[in-house]
Amino acid sequence: MLPEAVAENPDAVAIENADPEAIEEARFDRGETTLWIRPEKIRDVCSLLKAEQGFERLCAVTAVDWYPMEPRFEVVYHLHSIRRNRRVRLKCRVGGEEPEIDSLTSLWPGANWYEREVFDLFGIRFRGHPKMERLLLPADWEGHPLRKDYPVHGYKYSYKDE
Amino acid sequence: MNEEGAGAAAERNETARRLMVLNMGPQHPSTHGVLRVILELEGENICAAEPDIGFLHTGIEKQCEALTYQQAVTLTDRVDYLANLSNNLCYALAVEKLLGLEMPPKVQWMRVLLAELTRINSHLVWLGTQALDIGAMTVFLYCFREREDLLRIFEMFSGQRMMTSYIRIGGLALEPPRGWEAMVRKFIRAFPSKVDEYENLLTNNPIWLQRTKGIGHVPLEKLIELGVTGPLLRAAGLDWDIRKAEPYSSYEQFDFDVPTRTDGDVYARYQVRVQEMRQSARIVEQALDGMPEGPWKADAPHVVLPEREKMKTQMEALIYHFKIVTEGFQVPEGEVYQAVESPRGELGYYVVSDGTSKPYRVFMRTPSFGNLQALPAMIEGGLVADVIASMGSLDFVLGDVDR
Repeated sequence: MLPEAVAENPDAVAIENADPEAIEEARFDRGETTLWIRPEKIRDVCSLLKAEQGFERLCAVTAVDWYPMEPRFEVVYHLHSIRRNRRVRLKCRVGGEEPEIDSLTSLWPGANWYEREVFDLFGIRFRGHPKMERLLLPADWEGHPLRKDYPVHGYKYSYKDE
Repeated sequence: MNEEGAGAAAERNETARRLMVLNMGPQHPSTHGVLRVILELEGENICAAEPDIGFLHTGIEKQCEALTYQQAVTLTDRVDYLANLSNNLCYALAVEKLLGLEMPPKVQWMRVLLAELTRINSHLVWLGTQALDIGAMTVFLYCFREREDLLRIFEMFSGQRMMTSYIRIGGLALEPPRGWEAMVRKFIRAFPSKVDEYENLLTNNPIWLQRTKGIGHVPLEKLIELGVTGPLLRAAGLDWDIRKAEPYSSYEQFDFDVPTRTDGDVYARYQVRVQEMRQSARIVEQALDGMPEGPWKADAPHVVLPEREKMKTQMEALIYHFKIVTEGFQVPEGEVYQAVESPRGELGYYVVSDGTSKPYRVFMRTPSFGNLQALPAMIEGGLVADVIASMGSLDFVLGDVDR
């Protein structure tokens, strides 16, 4: 059953019709639609939105860390349809010791760097990504800086004595 | 052929097909920052290219989480240092959307005016450096002459030439200075004739045409899938501009065209950006002529600092001032994604608030990051010399890529 907030949203209805299990939760706030998708369904939902709902652009992929909640991460996808002038935000909750989710690089090659960035800064792995390596930080960096349990000044250096 | 001969032939063949790996950058002048491109060459032809980024990563998104909302404004300047006011504007709009603040008309129009001057500023740097990379030095000097005037205007407004932080949450940082109108009008009157000067030097210049026509072509569908936005898409034939499609800060009240071309090569991108400069000048003129009267900041005492005079005479103003400066203002829980058309394409700020006075998460969807992913598609199969033309036409800022 679709939540009331998005019951009239054509994109949410299309997802619901294709797979009633896919949407966990939905919200319409400040003119923006957010749909929480079950993480194992994200690839199917995105390929449906791309093929049938005209979302030809993956605008960005990022994540939010809700530490110490579990599952702690939300992977956030911003999809955009230029033709229909619409935007939708999809979110997947992932957690555990080794957070993982399917990669979207086969649908949008542009997802490549965004997913690598999320891996680099949050430590979430993307299954099926052609090059799951650090993007911005050096290859031997320890830790994932955008996690909430990573201090702003890092672990290694102390500024106390200076 | 005997066995020995076949072996030698195979070896010769192997030598002929041997690839050379060339490191371009990170300190190559045409990378305009610190970008490293790993090129695999067969003779002069590029078989594979891979950009390597991150040399300018300063963790701006992480730093934002440690600062209050109004302190983080100064970091947004440093993301894209050629389009600082576009970044200020996008961040301010996102936080204002979270706060539910409506800006007075004068603030909206001033922001449009400043954002368009920023676009001209950024395009001037792009045009000058791209021409310089390809070998036309005069254009560079002309462009920087006009840019100097613009930087003086920004300095007049904010006291800073580049890191202005002039657009703040809830309005502007300061009252627009005395004499700003005359200064901007003088610049904008003369500007179209300056653009004619650049075009005289380049548009029909045979060397320029040879170096840019048909270079770096990528089909439109592929560009969209790679996450490219802005002038690059418009040069490939897509009529999409966020100022028209999702107007913000009262852009719907301005009359301007969205220039497009269909060739999708370096020359088309040049034409689109030059036309955009002319359109921006049109918008600035309209903003000057119709500038509404009224306050230059919103009537929101819990967000905007009170005036000095009021602080000395009114208790409430003093309390608000103390609270904003010491603990910041609280922003209601929620999340927004605000997109604006920066000189380079779609600039988006995704701000998540947990109800405190510091942002829980600020994600910057920077246009250069998305655009740079298209570099391999542009240069693979081409010549080494054309890499520089293609890179220039992408118009990336490495601070914007690495954040």
